[in-house]
Amino acid sequence: MPTPGDSAAEVWPLWEVFIRANRGLSHVHVGSLHAPDAAMAVRNARDLYTRRGEGVSIWVVPAAMVTTSDPDAKGAFFESSAGKNYRHASYYTKSEGVKHL
Amino acid sequence: MTTEPAPDTVTAADPHGDVAVDRRELSAELIGAAGDATTAAPDVAEYALWLGDDSLILAQQLGRWISYAPELEEDVALGNIALDLLGHARSLLHYAGSASGRSEDDLAYWRGESEFRSAWLFEQPNGDFAHTIVRQLIAAHYLFELYSRLTASADRTVAAIAAKAVKEVDYHRDHADQWLLRLALGTDESRARVTVALADLWPYVDELFHDEPLIDRIPDVAVQPSALRWGFDQAVLPVLAEAELEQPRGFSSSGGGRRGVHSEYLGPILAEMQVLAREHPGASW
Repeated sequence: MPTPGDSAAEVWPLWEVFIRANRGLSHVHVGSLHAPDAAMAVRNARDLYTRRGEGVSIWVVPAAMVTTSDPDAKGAFFESSAGKNYRHASYYTKSEGVKHL
Repeated sequence: MTTEPAPDTVTAADPHGDVAVDRRELSAELIGAAGDATTAAPDVAEYALWLGDDSLILAQQLGRWISYAPELEEDVALGNIALDLLGHARSLLHYAGSASGRSEDDLAYWRGESEFRSAWLFEQPNGDFAHTIVRQLIAAHYLFELYSRLTASADRTVAAIAAKAVKEVDYHRDHADQWLLRLALGTDESRARVTVALADLWPYVDELFHDEPLIDRIPDVAVQPSALRWGFDQAVLPVLAEAELEQPRGFSSSGGGRRGVHSEYLGPILAEMQVLAREHPGASW
């Protein structure tokens, strides 16, 4: 008799977990976990990532649904903005009294 | 359990580096152990002992799943539930011991089998995962009904322990409900196993709702077990129906845990739980 987990088909799918720490903040990716379905993934996320009061809201997304940029194409993908300092606001002086710019 | 570094002993060489960690005394988390600590009346202490023993034994059983659960995530889930229950047991046993000058450790580690007052459900073996889930289903729904009522206890410490515990067992019953549905409606194998588990464990339901003379002596503090049955059935039977499982009928265990009469399973649990304390009397951890 095969042991549970022996066959690849029995492995639970992977889920990406996002936690919102506080009202007004955005959900931040905190890690991933395995769960048989979305409802259990939310519960596992609660056990794995919010036991110390970290969050007020949890999102889970099937890892298979996440499309990523190609790590090998990092250069072409991200470096084109180098040498274009005019894209940064660093040449402007901040008006006095503006706290959160 | 009894020693934590005093708040002022950890300063320069903080092992947590940049992360700010609140220094907390474990005893500060014990309800009823703070400055306004009260001593339990003898009958109330006995009641606290019953409830504390239920949680302690179940916590000990669930802890054995760690590293054996079907997946790492379930290890953590069952481990967390065990820790919640251990927390309830600590507060209840601390309060129970206040009547006789005994500590929670005295009660956990230095009582023999016939001195334990836990009901038989809690000492039933882990079995396979289905057995553990069915045991959790019964235990969590029973504890939820119990603590929901005890939040209105005339005894302030009992009410405070119940108020903390009820939120935690509410999650435990959700965990059990979710898994019962998945096992029952999953594969032929999982359905067969959960059906066997239900038949094996249902005989231990009745003992939980059996009235005892002790409760008559402290009606405002405790709750009559039989009064919890309606709420239990209202919550559990729909889950069984949704899982397309029949409520088992017939044989019911006589139990006897409240009188110190136990099944063959409690002895080995206590042996495992108590060996360290008895091997090294006075050790702290």
